[in-house]
Amino acid sequence: MEDNVIIAEGLTKCFGTFTAVDHISFSVKKGEIFGFLGANGAGKTTAMRMLCGLSIPTEGKAVVAGFDVETQSEEIKKNIGYMSQKFSLYEDLKVWENIRLFAGIYGVPEKEIAPKTDALLGRLGFEKEKNTLVKLLPLGWKQKLAFSVAIFHGPKIVFLDEPTGGVDPMVRRQFWNMIYEAAERGITVFVTTHYMDEAEYCDRISIMVDGRIEAMDTPKNLKDEFGVESMDEVFYLLARTAKRAE
Amino acid sequence: MAKVSVKNIGKRYNKTVALKDISFDADEGEIFGIIGPDGAGKTSLFRILTTLLLPTEGSAEVCGYDIIKDYVAIRKTIGYMPGRFSLYEDLTVEENLSFFASVFNTTIKENYHLVEDIYKQIEPFKDRRAGKLSGGMKQKLALCCAMIHKPEVLFLDEPTTGVDPVSRKEFWTMLARLKNQGITIIVSTPYMDEASRCDRIALINNGVFMKIETPQNIIGQYDKILCSVSADKTGKTKIIARIKSVDGVSDCYAFGDKIHIVLNDKDCILNLKKIFESDEICNITPTIEDCFMELNR
Repeated sequence: MEDNVIIAEGLTKCFGTFTAVDHISFSVKKGEIFGFLGANGAGKTTAMRMLCGLSIPTEGKAVVAGFDVETQSEEIKKNIGYMSQKFSLYEDLKVWENIRLFAGIYGVPEKEIAPKTDALLGRLGFEKEKNTLVKLLPLGWKQKLAFSVAIFHGPKIVFLDEPTGGVDPMVRRQFWNMIYEAAERGITVFVTTHYMDEAEYCDRISIMVDGRIEAMDTPKNLKDEFGVESMDEVFYLLARTAKRAE
Repeated sequence: MAKVSVKNIGKRYNKTVALKDISFDADEGEIFGIIGPDGAGKTSLFRILTTLLLPTEGSAEVCGYDIIKDYVAIRKTIGYMPGRFSLYEDLTVEENLSFFASVFNTTIKENYHLVEDIYKQIEPFKDRRAGKLSGGMKQKLALCCAMIHKPEVLFLDEPTTGVDPVSRKEFWTMLARLKNQGITIIVSTPYMDEASRCDRIALINNGVFMKIETPQNIIGQYDKILCSVSADKTGKTKIIARIKSVDGVSDCYAFGDKIHIVLNDKDCILNLKKIFESDEICNITPTIEDCFMELNR
């Protein structure tokens, strides 16, 4: 039990008469890469918002990084990192300014920020870009930097919402190497993606259909269970059973 | 005659080169795919061909009209679906469609047959505001709005980005139907697996067309040997590093639940036997994604 950094039990969210997330239960272990899949409108974003302490569940409960999503949402926010393709960094701030800003928001002690910034830029090979405006960086660099910023404060869990959309095949793979490294350091990775080959890179996967988790296992077991060769086919078999009008 | 004819188009923004010497033709009823990552120059090219942006160099014709001189005529004959959702979020589904019809001096009724297949699927929600639709539905509405004036050429800039695999498949089925009506479709996508749905594709990166061919020919022209081995997630990074150090291995990368190994020639496969049993390694046909990476090397 202690190993689980995310525990959801019967987690539910209704908007009026519409049940966006319908009694989902699952747990994610420390250092695990957990793929959170589902069609558009299946309820992924709503579920993720509850886990990040941004939305209060209508029913059920969830404990994230040891804190209750309903009563301790501020503690959760300090212990997680978040990155999405749509929102990651401020385009009109320089590289170091973005790091400085997010480090401050996440409560990294003042004294640690400058040396940690230099160490990070060194690791990424971005030293020369310290004073570059983020909007001038190639997309792949931005995504790598955004991920590094999201884990700068050493969170227990990082939530990645379609982090690789539109990124070229090489950079996508480099990005996944960064995910592996973070997981090896004990950071739990909770990731959504529309690339089914990336689903194969996860330790475990859940697939949401109409607000419910319809399947959850390792990629290999899911493929065996459905008797197919690829995650793409597993996804297709499950998602096309969706009844709910989006 | 080609419906779209592009000659040596270049585009610079100050010192930044967005497009370099782009030329291609697309015929009537052809689905021409422009495939490459974000920032490759796809949107600049679409904006030039839809007369919203002037090229720095080169010329192009759409339906026989010049993109600079005849921009008014072009705007009447093409349909354009920009990358960002650009319908009116506070108008309903039906109001949006009716608005776009009236802009082109037509009505939903007059051209309903053109959009019927697609519009039927969202018609139950015709009174819902466009801003309240989910990704897949917005995309269907946007396609209807781009189609309602019976365009001869459709320009679709990343219509499937951020859309789940099931809706993506459906979308390509819709495009195939439009193609059968004789409409020329110029479509861009960052998803390499969508290449096979196009008649011909251009692989674009850093503002340059690296290749224009049918998907089959692009695969046929792959000039390395590609092998695949199964690999569990555990230790994948270490195995890849080990494979890369083997003589004759040009590249090695994760590919779903497999590892792909690019070899300079056939004999190099023997060198891999230090790591794998020979029955673990199999020769495979490359995918468009493998070709893209090879062309980029």
